[in-house]
Amino acid sequence: MNLDLIADITTAILVSFGCFLGIIGGLGMHRLGDFYSRLHAVGITDTLCSFLILSGLAFQAGLTLVTVKLILVFLFLFFTSPTASFSLANNAWNWGLKPENLPVELAESYEGDDS
Amino acid sequence: MKLTASLSLFLSALWLLLSGHYDILLISMGVASVLFTIYMSHRMKIIDDEGHPIHLKGQFFKFWFILSGKIFTSNIDVALRILGVKPIQPQLIKLKLDQDSDLSKVIYANAITLTPGSASLHIEDGYLFVHTISREGAEELLNGDMAKLIPKGITGENQ
Repeated sequence: MNLDLIADITTAILVSFGCFLGIIGGLGMHRLGDFYSRLHAVGITDTLCSFLILSGLAFQAGLTLVTVKLILVFLFLFFTSPTASFSLANNAWNWGLKPENLPVELAESYEGDDS
Repeated sequence: MKLTASLSLFLSALWLLLSGHYDILLISMGVASVLFTIYMSHRMKIIDDEGHPIHLKGQFFKFWFILSGKIFTSNIDVALRILGVKPIQPQLIKLKLDQDSDLSKVIYANAITLTPGSASLHIEDGYLFVHTISREGAEELLNGDMAKLIPKGITGENQ
């Protein structure tokens, strides 16, 4: 077994797991009930899915500047995606969108207050 | 001054890594763009402990290591819930923010958002509103599992 083949196999495994998680994230966007639950599905594609795909690509690039750039892409995603999710969720909350499908006693306690 | 020096070193390293061309013309363009960025950041007054936190070092590697582990396990958990193996039970909880600086509150809220299965929604009167997809996730957060991870002694602008 030469190193190229090992790198290719590792890439294939990592990228296919990443794509699988991406599909699950997309499925979650349709399956989950309301806006706030769908945010969690996006959380999958933002974190582990992008990490697996980018590290799979890094195995193809080897120890070059391309790998450094892939790491930077991941870091930028890692730091900006929670900010984007928070601003979406916070705006939805401020406009008065209430989470659905909460347990009954919880749903009652959040029905009343207008934020 | 120390922050400005460290920021210019950081920006130059970033430019060199991104460019990959090392002849005189391009390097001088890089120097010019770094200087321009430093000048603009000065004008915007964003070179401070919050914008460029160089005082956060060693303790963060441990934090990121544990956080990555949490992100990995909760990814699998949420994937199983989407596929219908585990039940989906949305919860809305209120967490008390007892971190002492703004920066550690931001790190706490972002760490919660970054973990799939929980997302911070709103901050009000020292409380953080968090939506989670499962009862177990809500209980873990209420027990302070995530709050314990945030490194102690982070300075930053105090409220």
